[in-house]
Amino acid sequence: MNLNATWAKAWIRSSAQVMSEHRVELIDLDREIGDGDHGENMDRGFQAVLHKLDDLPPEAGPGDVFKFVATTLISTVGGAAGPLYGTAFLKGAVAISGTIELDGPALVAFLRAARDGIVLRGKAESGDKTMVDAWTPAVDAAEAALAGGADDRAILSAAADAAEAGALATEPLIARKGRASYLGERAIGHRDPGAQSSALLLRAAAATATTA
Amino acid sequence: MKKLVNDPKNVVAEAVAGFGAAHADIVRVSTDPVYIVRGDAPVSGKVGLVSGGGSGHEPLHGGFVGFGMLDAAVPGAVFTSPTPDPILAATKAVDGGAGVLHIVKNYTGDVLNFETAADLAAAEGIDVRSVIVNDDVAVKDSLYTAGRRGVAGTVLVEKIAGAAAERGDSLDAVAAVAEKVISQVRSMGVALTPCVVPHAGEGSFTLADDEIEIGIGIHGEPGRARIKLEPADAIVDRLLGPILEDIPFVRGDQVLLFVNGMGGTPQIELYIVFRRAAEVLAEQGITVVRTLVGNFTTSLEMQGTSITVLKLDDELTSLWDAPVQTAALRWGR
Repeated sequence: MNLNATWAKAWIRSSAQVMSEHRVELIDLDREIGDGDHGENMDRGFQAVLHKLDDLPPEAGPGDVFKFVATTLISTVGGAAGPLYGTAFLKGAVAISGTIELDGPALVAFLRAARDGIVLRGKAESGDKTMVDAWTPAVDAAEAALAGGADDRAILSAAADAAEAGALATEPLIARKGRASYLGERAIGHRDPGAQSSALLLRAAAATATTA
Repeated sequence: MKKLVNDPKNVVAEAVAGFGAAHADIVRVSTDPVYIVRGDAPVSGKVGLVSGGGSGHEPLHGGFVGFGMLDAAVPGAVFTSPTPDPILAATKAVDGGAGVLHIVKNYTGDVLNFETAADLAAAEGIDVRSVIVNDDVAVKDSLYTAGRRGVAGTVLVEKIAGAAAERGDSLDAVAAVAEKVISQVRSMGVALTPCVVPHAGEGSFTLADDEIEIGIGIHGEPGRARIKLEPADAIVDRLLGPILEDIPFVRGDQVLLFVNGMGGTPQIELYIVFRRAAEVLAEQGITVVRTLVGNFTTSLEMQGTSITVLKLDDELTSLWDAPVQTAALRWGR
């Protein structure tokens, strides 16, 4: 599938399904080192997006889709994840504003801007045991894939693989941001729920791009 | 886990509706977006005070909306920060032309959502200032954490800043009073049992029958250490020690001593806690001149308590004594 508005909507639909399927898993991860609401919040936010996705005008480009996703997530998710994912989609949308179909460089620009938005809003760095630990490896992998001549699908696959590895790599870390930072060494051994939901989101993007 | 709920998804909406119906003499409620404002809002020429955060801490914050305290409270889902939309709507609803103060507990989600709402309000021409309450000494305040959490001390910030706004202080002056309270208030809590978020259906953490969690946060998030259950006096000493060392509180200080229940601990036990806390303060030459005991910042049905000590001066004492008329605190009027 070419990375146009149809893909953008398909990705978001798939994300809504994935967040719903993984709701309990994300709640369980968050109960260990947070307050147990991440799965509920992500599910609620993406369901709200899903319900209104068809209201978008037919001429909406991928940037318009992502901007709509951003404002809806900010309005519905709550917690820290709402402003963080909302800012990610907002900054990503601005980076590809006016683009009808994302090529490799536009896709990488979108991912980089989304990651930068999360860093800007949450002020977290790599290694703080947050969603940045999924996004930064994903952006790095996407840039490397683009430089190596990969097509957009391969770029998304590389990003999703790196995000999953990054989420897994949060397990041995001590958290320095967010609610898990209150736990000190007790956060060791638990995966960051925000990094996990980020990996799920990027995997959905890659999977959607490779279908038909 | 048995709960008096209908659909867990409707817990906050139904509770807010009930709150509005029960306290119609004091507040009005908006259902979409959800917020609670005092009945006479906006009060022309008065600084508006808005607080909020996840639900499940009742009476915080809705129970403190009314004359002499908050102008609005914005409840999020249980233990989840409200989104910027209702915070913005509440800010607009209480803007009487003198500006609005946001009182925010230091949790990442609350801070991010209130920040976003303040940006939006400023874009609409409303003068907004924010103060961040971080009274919990159980958490180390360092570059390597999100900073100390805001817990029961928030009640004292809201009461005293509310009195300053009610007497006609400017936005800068109200913010300065709030900051002063924040700089002089410290708290620490303990949990005997976990609490159960309605839509999660199981405990937010697990504790063995003979275990307690020292330094618990108000969302059931763990604190400093998990230890075996001890007599009440020993637990009080564990909580009060870090509090008194922190500012520090010293001989000759006059303080407000606030023993807060987490929701599931009976009043009789809170007074046992108060008795020991007052005894320790007296031994150290610290004079308790004002007191508050009860369930004011809860974690659903969690059993536990927190102790809060606020260093008072004449100004803070007189603002504490000023009339207040809310669902949960009411005197002098």
